Amino acid sequence: MAIAKVCGIETEYGISVVGAPDANPITVSSVLINAYVSEAAGRVGWDFETESPGNDARGFSFETPSNAEMETHLVNTVLTNGARLYVDHAHPEYSSPECISPRQALLYDKAGEEVLRRAMKASRRFMPPGQEIVVYKNNSDRKGNSYGCHENYMMDRAVPFAKIVKQLTPFFVTRQIICGAGKVGSEAPGADDVNFQISQRADFFEEEVGLETTLKRPIINTRDEPHADPTRFRRLHVIIGDANLSEISTFLKLGSTAIVLSMIEDGLLDELNVQLASPVQALRKVSYDPTLKGVLETVDGRLITALEVQWSVFDLAKKYFEHDGIGTVGSVEEVRQLLDLWEDTLSRLEQDPLSLRHRLDWVAKLSLVQGYKDRHSLNWNDPKLAAIDLQYHDIRPEKSLATRAGLETMLDSRDVGVAMFEPPKETRAYFRGKCLEKFGDSIAAANWDSLIFDTGKDPLRRVPMMDPLKGTFRHVDGLIRSSGSLVELLEGLGA
Amino acid sequence: MAEREQKRKSQTHRESEEVQEEVSSKNESAEKLKADLDDLLDEIDEVLEENAEEFVRNYVQKGGE
Repeated sequence: MAIAKVCGIETEYGISVVGAPDANPITVSSVLINAYVSEAAGRVGWDFETESPGNDARGFSFETPSNAEMETHLVNTVLTNGARLYVDHAHPEYSSPECISPRQALLYDKAGEEVLRRAMKASRRFMPPGQEIVVYKNNSDRKGNSYGCHENYMMDRAVPFAKIVKQLTPFFVTRQIICGAGKVGSEAPGADDVNFQISQRADFFEEEVGLETTLKRPIINTRDEPHADPTRFRRLHVIIGDANLSEISTFLKLGSTAIVLSMIEDGLLDELNVQLASPVQALRKVSYDPTLKGVLETVDGRLITALEVQWSVFDLAKKYFEHDGIGTVGSVEEVRQLLDLWEDTLSRLEQDPLSLRHRLDWVAKLSLVQGYKDRHSLNWNDPKLAAIDLQYHDIRPEKSLATRAGLETMLDSRDVGVAMFEPPKETRAYFRGKCLEKFGDSIAAANWDSLIFDTGKDPLRRVPMMDPLKGTFRHVDGLIRSSGSLVELLEGLGA
Repeated sequence: MAEREQKRKSQTHRESEEVQEEVSSKNESAEKLKADLDDLLDEIDEVLEENAEEFVRNYVQKGGE
């Protein structure tokens, strides 16, 4: 039986410093996050007056104190919306809270973008004159360095992993035609003749399955770290996505994937008679072909286009919806909207991809780049086209080319503003976020699956949250509201 | 299996035809597209980083994921 597709997106943002191109990226990331935390502090009523930005402002350590990240004093903080904001290697990273549906995960992904935008603004007062931190939501520096936008989905532990790998691979190889973010040129060896490709990330994948995320990246990542009861749940850690600016691309990426995973759990993708002969090569082949006409070989010797693979999956999804309603992914209305959009997108890709230039990132970017190239009679290797590619992802509203591309939106900006501070009501993120808001001073450490409270007397009290669907508004809101003190809260929880 | 495969394909085909009508009615003419894009390209000229070559060269990201 399929289980609720609790999901979320973690994004590593690219950064640069205007006026100081050689600035240390770890320091810059730390400044950015501390600037946000110290500014947001006023908003949630915390006292940061005595703390200095540049140090760990209120660093709720996400891991145990022995964690290497803590030892190197990398900034690591939890927001009242339940998200984690921290320095990951040399990038600022925002991990959204656990969300109940693709639509909600889209909202919290956009809220993350806004968090980084505010951080950028707040960081200005910490930078020397003439220097400015700029944040990019993309996945590559065009020089062979890639950084991730990972999705996470809750799955039933009972489903054999081998089945997930087999049934998911053809979908993952081809979904880029909907959720690719586009790239001018290629960073893969021997692909110099690629002018424009659909995906930011296809150049960097070398394996079908594996544990790595930084080299020899696999299409299916095997990291088994459920952050929940390991006997019941799996967290599928998806590393093959691009960071999207388009809300529709993000929504379709999350939505179609959540449906496919539910189908795998319910055994409904067993009917998908598609297994690609060489998934890694196919991934690049699809990416390098914006005409969408190229064919891929299956293990049984058939030739099939990426669109045909997506249609086959979609047909099964539609049938599944008619029988089941797919409540694991949202309400009937939400899932219907998702399927209608998915179908319309595939039809348009088939008929006239350019008609999606206000909806899909790769199409929007391609029309900008192609138009600019034609107008100024440029070669594909002109740095101006590479600059357009990068600047598409600049998240400053006055500079962002994605903003200017006129992308259709699905969200109300007021909801995004609220989601920067308020946690989702339907998952354990609610408990995390609200405890942080009310009892922040007494939280010694926070993690995805626990909160550790300091009541002022030893020992510390750990509250486990092993089920992502417990600790919701319905479960704990009354208790948190009525608890005048931390001790009352812990007594009420029976912890 | 072959029969079921065939059936699914024809179903897809039928569905494509249904949406095709809708899609073509929404298709904008090439001129409209060009006019649209012209305004946008003017904007790009205004906001694009001044020294594109230097901007692209300086954008280096190390240590991802």
